[in-house]
Amino acid sequence: MTYTQIALAAAIGAVILDLFILRTRVLKLGVWWVSYAIVIGFQFITNGTLTGFAIVQYSPDAVIGKKLYEQTPPFIGDGRLFFAPVEDVFFGFAMCLSAVVFWVYFGSKGIQRVPVSNTSVGMRERFKFLK
Amino acid sequence: MDLANFGYLGVLLFIVLGTVWLEPIIGAQVLRKPKRLALSLLPVVFFLVSWDLYAISQGHWWFNQSFVTGVELPGKIPIEEILFFIITPTAMIYSFEAVRAVKQWRVGDEG
Repeated sequence: MTYTQIALAAAIGAVILDLFILRTRVLKLGVWWVSYAIVIGFQFITNGTLTGFAIVQYSPDAVIGKKLYEQTPPFIGDGRLFFAPVEDVFFGFAMCLSAVVFWVYFGSKGIQRVPVSNTSVGMRERFKFLK
Repeated sequence: MDLANFGYLGVLLFIVLGTVWLEPIIGAQVLRKPKRLALSLLPVVFFLVSWDLYAISQGHWWFNQSFVTGVELPGKIPIEEILFFIITPTAMIYSFEAVRAVKQWRVGDEG
């Protein structure tokens, strides 16, 4: 299998894990979409660094990009998004979703469920000006 | 060894520093739940390491030796990859718990 195929299969697998196998329904939560939006922003920065400096390199046989880049790949184009192969978006989605799904699953089974994350009153007061 | 050999590790350090403050400052409860975190990471890390070993063996991707320490585990998997597979899912859980802490939204595991 190519990286493209495995990444797509992993993303679909994570969705099935969430909705049908563990039934955690993380994909239906606002918390998931807000926190994932934050993470994917940082993913583009950190992964852009790893791929932009060609710290990680990819075979054209494994990705939809047609060329081998031993130096900086395109910022956008030839299957690249912010230097990284577009496949990384699916890889990242699968990794992030499955981690949160297992986290919520074990929590709902009563494993270290409490204390529930909550910003302290003192900290809320301190950042009140942001509201 | 050159400073550049710590390039990949530097990116990982950025992720760690960018997330752990969420525990004391924002009230995200992650490292304080080590058993739950370990159980959640175990299947994810197992899957990612298996995928990485396959991809490396098939030549899907490889690592520029100028930017890694050169410390490898069996299967030619750089130590940085193993750390990546532990650190990034943990960062995602931190983001999730931080948003939950600030917004006080329900997740479904409250009991």
